[in-house]
Amino acid sequence: MLIIRCPYCGERPELEFAYGGQAHIARPLQPSDQNDEDWNVYLNLRANPKGWHSERWRHIHGCARFFNAVRDTRTDHFLATYKMGEPAPEVPST
Amino acid sequence: MTRRYSALSLLREGVNGQRGWEPAWRNPQAKARYDAIVIGGGGHGLATAYYLAKNHGLTNVALVERGWIGGGNTGRNTTVIRSNYFFPASAAFYDFSVKLYEGLSKELNYNIMFSQRGMWTLAHDRHGLEMARRSANAMLLNGIDAEFHDEPSVRARIPGLNPDPRFPILGGINQPRGGTARHDAVAWGYARAASALGVDIIQNCEVLDFIIEGGRVRGVETSLGAMRSDRVGMAVAGHSSVIAAKAGLRLPVSSYALQAFVSEPVKPCLDTVILSPATGTYLSQSDKGELVIGAGLDLYLSYAQRGSLPWMERAAAGVVELFPRFSRLRFLRQWAGIVDVVHDSTPILGPTAVDGLFINCGWGTGGFKAVPAGGWCLAHLMATGESHPLARAFGIERFETGALIDEASASGIAH
Repeated sequence: MLIIRCPYCGERPELEFAYGGQAHIARPLQPSDQNDEDWNVYLNLRANPKGWHSERWRHIHGCARFFNAVRDTRTDHFLATYKMGEPAPEVPST
Repeated sequence: MTRRYSALSLLREGVNGQRGWEPAWRNPQAKARYDAIVIGGGGHGLATAYYLAKNHGLTNVALVERGWIGGGNTGRNTTVIRSNYFFPASAAFYDFSVKLYEGLSKELNYNIMFSQRGMWTLAHDRHGLEMARRSANAMLLNGIDAEFHDEPSVRARIPGLNPDPRFPILGGINQPRGGTARHDAVAWGYARAASALGVDIIQNCEVLDFIIEGGRVRGVETSLGAMRSDRVGMAVAGHSSVIAAKAGLRLPVSSYALQAFVSEPVKPCLDTVILSPATGTYLSQSDKGELVIGAGLDLYLSYAQRGSLPWMERAAAGVVELFPRFSRLRFLRQWAGIVDVVHDSTPILGPTAVDGLFINCGWGTGGFKAVPAGGWCLAHLMATGESHPLARAFGIERFETGALIDEASASGIAH
């Protein structure tokens, strides 16, 4: 069982959380300007690294708020969790 | 030396003290140049290497594998083979795969223990029942045999179902030609047959980089040195994004852990494969007697081949809900594989932006049943440069054109 630290509620078991995909992806400001290639990038292409990954989680069975996290996909170890809008922590190089 | 497996060779070796068997495949030194290189020694890669040699006469072929063959998802799945798909393109492809499986033991001279014991999908509510009818009708329209059964008929065919379940069993569909096979044997059988045709199977050899000149692939740099070839195919499942990135490619793939586990072995008590989407249960019994139980995906990116406890508990609870008599069985073993999931649960099989580099991935939670057809079509693509007619709809360009084939889930279980 992963123990995940919600930045609002503290450490809770992973059962209370839902994964929200890659963090820091913004919807295009002018959707009508996007071509098919742009839409593919926005909708389908996601980072899928074997290593550190910035991602969103939601404390769905708790405060229900979204927050961001940096996690190592090799080990599932969380480096940090932080509130939306806060700067991302420095990610180790490997 | 004894090469061919038969009752006669068994008898002869038995009399001769088993001294004449030769290794199932050679262990060759890597050469500097090949006509084709296949990355990934799982089922799809091994089948690709075999069909390159068998169907297209390309025998100067290398298969490079970072670990050992069949050590990834090929050895970690729940061994189910079926073609109960919805859309015509998927149904045609997967049924071709089932048909190849039907003849595979003979083709490879290797017993893959394909047992066509049926594949049941249960419906637990009115909507599930409607979906089951729709699914059965779609299969029949696609030319695949399917049977719809009401509750008494399901219970007559599957003894031991919970008589008073929390989620009532209202009906189900059966694909009689579905079943299970020995997954390791599929890898070993293809490896042995490919090696006999001249394919070099090179294990413990990691691909470090691609050699790309003028937008064209010219080979791979590996931990055993450079190997040059103008044709490279990759079938690396959960690591597709990692390998593709070495060629500068981005894929619409997410890697998740999918776990399975087995119970202690018991006497034969379940002679078919059961999928119950509502209870999150995927269940069959192996020839050794273990109940083989598949769980759902851990829905966060991961390369840790581990599997989470909540999903394990949910799958076990589903089994007990369906079959109360299994409640006192003990766990024997648990494991997970890293699967390559795409949005429409349809594989990616086609050329890439790098000339001469071809890709086979996106099988998600259901790659094992597709091994023969996936290898057949990737071999066709590598040998001819043209997509096989069965795989034409599976190109990566569909993510740009929007021509997705939305099968909703590759293993039929909701993730």
